[in-house]
Amino acid sequence: MEKTILLEMKGITKRFGKTLANDNVNLRLYKGEIHALLGENGAGKSTLMNILLGIYKPNSGEIFYKGKKVSIKSPKDAAELGIGMVHQHFELIPTLSVAENIFLSMGRGDFILNRAKMEETIRRFSDKFGLAVDPGAKVWQLSVGEQQRVEIMKLLCRDCEIMILDEPSAVLTPQESREMFKTLRKMADDGKTVIFISHKMNEVMEHSDRITVLKGGRVEDEMPAGDATVERLTKAVVGSRTLSKTVRKTTKENAHVLLEVEHLHVRNDKGLDALKDVSFSLRSGEIFAIAGVAGNGQRELAEALAGLRKVASGKIMMNRRDITKMNAKQRISMGISFIPEDRLKMGLIPGMNMKQNAILKKFREPEFSRFGFLRSKPIKAVTERFIETHDIKNGGMDLPVSMMSGGNQQKLLVAREIHCEPALVIAAYPVRGLDIGAAEAINNILMEQRNRGACVLLISEELDEIFEMSDRVAVLCDGKLMGIRNTSETDYEEIGRLMSGEPA
Amino acid sequence: MSIGTIQIEKKHTVPLKNKILNPIVFVLIGLVFSSVLIIAVGFNPIAVYSKMLSYSFLNLRGINGSIKAGLPLMLCGLSVSIAFKMNLNNIGAEGQYAMGAILGGAFALFGPELPMPLRIMVMFLLCAVGGGLWAVIAAALKAFWNVNETIVTLMQNYIALLFLDYLCYGPWMAKKQTTAISEAIPKEMYLPNIGNSGISTGILVALGIAILLYIFLKYTTAGYQIEVIRNSRRSAEYAGINVKKYILIVLTISGAIAGLAGFVQITGIVHRVQAQLPGGSGYTGIVIAYLSRFNPIAVIIVSILLGGLENSCAAVQLMGVPSQIATMLQGSIMISVIAGEFFNHYKVSFNRNTMISQNKTEGVAQ
Amino acid sequence: MTAFITSICAAAIVYAVSILYAAIGEIFSQRAGIMNLGIEGIMLMGAVSGFLTVYNTNNLVLAFLAVILVGAVLGLVFAFLTVTLGADQTVCGMAFLIFGSGLSGFIGKNVTGIASAVKFEKINIPFLSDIPVVGDIFFKQDLLVYLMYLIVPLSIFYIYRTRPGMILRALGENPAALDAAGINVFALRYAYVIFGCAMTAISGACISLSYTNFWNEGMTGGKGWIAFSLVAFSGWNPAGAALGALLFGAISIIGINMQIYLPGIPSQFYSMLPYIATVVALIISTGSFRRKHTEEPAALCQKYDREAR
Repeated sequence: MEKTILLEMKGITKRFGKTLANDNVNLRLYKGEIHALLGENGAGKSTLMNILLGIYKPNSGEIFYKGKKVSIKSPKDAAELGIGMVHQHFELIPTLSVAENIFLSMGRGDFILNRAKMEETIRRFSDKFGLAVDPGAKVWQLSVGEQQRVEIMKLLCRDCEIMILDEPSAVLTPQESREMFKTLRKMADDGKTVIFISHKMNEVMEHSDRITVLKGGRVEDEMPAGDATVERLTKAVVGSRTLSKTVRKTTKENAHVLLEVEHLHVRNDKGLDALKDVSFSLRSGEIFAIAGVAGNGQRELAEALAGLRKVASGKIMMNRRDITKMNAKQRISMGISFIPEDRLKMGLIPGMNMKQNAILKKFREPEFSRFGFLRSKPIKAVTERFIETHDIKNGGMDLPVSMMSGGNQQKLLVAREIHCEPALVIAAYPVRGLDIGAAEAINNILMEQRNRGACVLLISEELDEIFEMSDRVAVLCDGKLMGIRNTSETDYEEIGRLMSGEPA
Repeated sequence: MSIGTIQIEKKHTVPLKNKILNPIVFVLIGLVFSSVLIIAVGFNPIAVYSKMLSYSFLNLRGINGSIKAGLPLMLCGLSVSIAFKMNLNNIGAEGQYAMGAILGGAFALFGPELPMPLRIMVMFLLCAVGGGLWAVIAAALKAFWNVNETIVTLMQNYIALLFLDYLCYGPWMAKKQTTAISEAIPKEMYLPNIGNSGISTGILVALGIAILLYIFLKYTTAGYQIEVIRNSRRSAEYAGINVKKYILIVLTISGAIAGLAGFVQITGIVHRVQAQLPGGSGYTGIVIAYLSRFNPIAVIIVSILLGGLENSCAAVQLMGVPSQIATMLQGSIMISVIAGEFFNHYKVSFNRNTMISQNKTEGVAQ
Repeated sequence: MTAFITSICAAAIVYAVSILYAAIGEIFSQRAGIMNLGIEGIMLMGAVSGFLTVYNTNNLVLAFLAVILVGAVLGLVFAFLTVTLGADQTVCGMAFLIFGSGLSGFIGKNVTGIASAVKFEKINIPFLSDIPVVGDIFFKQDLLVYLMYLIVPLSIFYIYRTRPGMILRALGENPAALDAAGINVFALRYAYVIFGCAMTAISGACISLSYTNFWNEGMTGGKGWIAFSLVAFSGWNPAGAALGALLFGAISIIGINMQIYLPGIPSQFYSMLPYIATVVALIISTGSFRRKHTEEPAALCQKYDREAR
């Protein structure tokens, strides 16, 4: 079918400080096609789309719309060109109705809300594209899938010609996903250009017309969907590094089983299943990595193990003891440490000083408190020990932690969590956002823990890091455990495939 | 962020001297602002202020009076402070004060004649229990069902005050009286003065509680946990702290302390139960708590100052100045300090060079 | 008997209107996300300003304008403190409560207890006031009441059926989403707070210019708190507020009168009813055991910090 080029991005480069988010990216969008943007987190997909939406300005490069050069300086410009996006986190007002939310997004409008007219418009699009929405329903009553349909409807009502969807199937059931892609196809057939961002290879191959793969800010590969194979895509997304030289103590035979997770079902904040029938076991003296794109249940797994999230069904056993019903406080005393991904919102308290943060988990211990009173000398001593052992640069122990750099904050957090020799350290994205020096320091600490005999559950998105640090790796995709391998017996390709939903 | 050429940055820390100086400066600004209003009504602000100052603070009798008036204020201020320290908006000190007075008063007027000092200790306890139990209602609603405690405690105030009203106009009304006051409590239960100074021993109660609270908040693990909760509920849960438990504990203690204001007022000052006993102290307590930055020791000082302020309007009434000047000054001082608080959190700088320097760098880049 | 019921209903309307101005004003303010605990203080300022103007000029129109102006100025300051400076709304409310109470007594000292020559008199609407019973209750009231007959439906229409009203509803729920859509959240909040305070001031005027024609310190007697409780009780809905106000008014009037018929139940217990009712209503409408979405504006009392987004 002869398709015309609607929009073209040429040589787009975007830098944030020292980071090169987009490096000379070319993207060609045809009218009436579904274009998939594939790549890992941090590959530059969001940045590129934000440039298209007028939220960022590229450092260099040009954008052509219908052959004419355009400059998208603000979201208003993007809206005028008919570009719109459905984000992963919806921008809906729960107490308003569907029709009102759509009204709201339409910028200008009549003073008096003409319900009938709006409902008629909604119904028209509904029928045309198979998007079932009830205009009168209040948004809080809707399921996530229905809310997404409202978001899509918002774009349609604004007569968007280029519609971007960020990980649309992430929040949907397989059934809803299928319906959603049917809708996207109908919109494309109607002449709209649909871009969807995804990390799932099978869905990209099945539902798109063309695929662009971004890696490290660059276009790694670009192909019509017909030419795509799993191998070709995996190679583009993760590269083809196989084993890397690792300096690890030999894994002990007959290692003691520390933790057993059996048939775990955990729900996320919206009430949907985040973890589905997950089972695995952890051994002392190993680093066990959980690979997978963020948002596939990793947060819920970490919180469930740390005692911060209730388990819908299933069991967690530690040293043969059922700890499923234990709360966070009890698990801390059982030797479970947690380095959360939210450094400043959970792990540390930015407004409090180093000493206060240092004892956040252990203030009840006799070491730090007696008869309900804090013991200031030991608290000061342990903070000094942290600073010295891990070379934590700081302006003073009595100053708020918010004044420290990210790397040093993380060092404090990690130092605290490994204090008192925990049996299990749950580390969620421990080196995310850190410079090389700090990252190395943290990884060394985790390795030391493993060598000491603790078990480290490392949750990460970086395959490099996973292959370098861990003994075994499991992949979480869509809340399911896709496979557990010894890192010495697998490679990037296999893990990459598992990460994208390919069965083991 | 910048508005025009004004740059505003959030500060990380506030030096102690700023924390103390800032409110003092803005109190003075509040007084200056009020002098405009005083002039508008036709009086000389300097004459008014100096008269008030000398009446309440420059002579022994005045100081005694200031302390006396400040006594219930101290306890209300302490009560509100500890609740606000955990981000709990206890507006209900007024009602908790009343309930404490009712429970303790009931015991004093109609309870068994226990030997002293047991009798007064039991009353002490009952006043605390009265205030605490009244607060527990709001605490439970907040902890378990997340119901807005600001509104609940506020509504509870009126329920409690109306109940007190009913008792004092009805069953407890003293014979031969037409106003809503009860009989006097037994003489032996009057709180004695300290030596010949004329200052009630009630101040020891207030000071004691202030010191206990100070130590509690600064040095105990419970105080530490309260601070963690105030900063971030999420981090508190992450650390295994039982937030619900603390909501219950803190609000109940807050109510109990407000109830003790009733104890001090009945045994130390008026010696009977009367309608409108709290007389707004619960709300003034909020002003005090705020001006003291929720620091228990500062609460004592600020309470005496505000008590003196309230007393001093008697002096200026002879000049013809309306007695409401006290409340008006309180209000304008508080608004001024609230506005001034902004400067403690944000650094404001004027940068007339911003425009020019931008052009300079662009020139260089080319 | 009919005369008795009629007079109770008519009196209930008077009572209801005097708190409805403040309640509806506060509904707008809270829906925008700002809670003003100083209602009682602002009401007193409205009452004293209106009275002073009438006392000095005998001009009701001027007095009405003065009342609105005073309310608006107070609202402007409150908005500045809470929206621009981001100060704690509870503390600000308390400050305004105390300041308003004090200042009103201060400036009104010289006119305390003196009757003014003019006040809002009852006006019988031709034809409508001749309808038996209904006419006596609804159409023999004063201008402030008639104005409220317009304001209630207008507010309901505004909030639920117009675009700006819809934006208002979103404002108290998710200001970040509106900010992202380019709507000036700060300006809107200023506007609604100023409106709310102006309305509250009118409530005060109802008492010194209509219900009575003199000024006394603290004459609002806690009505501000009843208005405040109405906001939560009504689920932040002007229709609910109107019904609630009538209900509270009826209870209050009956309570006073019941003394004669049922001397066993003291009047204070009738007076308690609105407060107890509000707590119960609040629990039912916002308690977390509900599976339904709560009516309380989600962003109420939280300052909007753009940087924190």
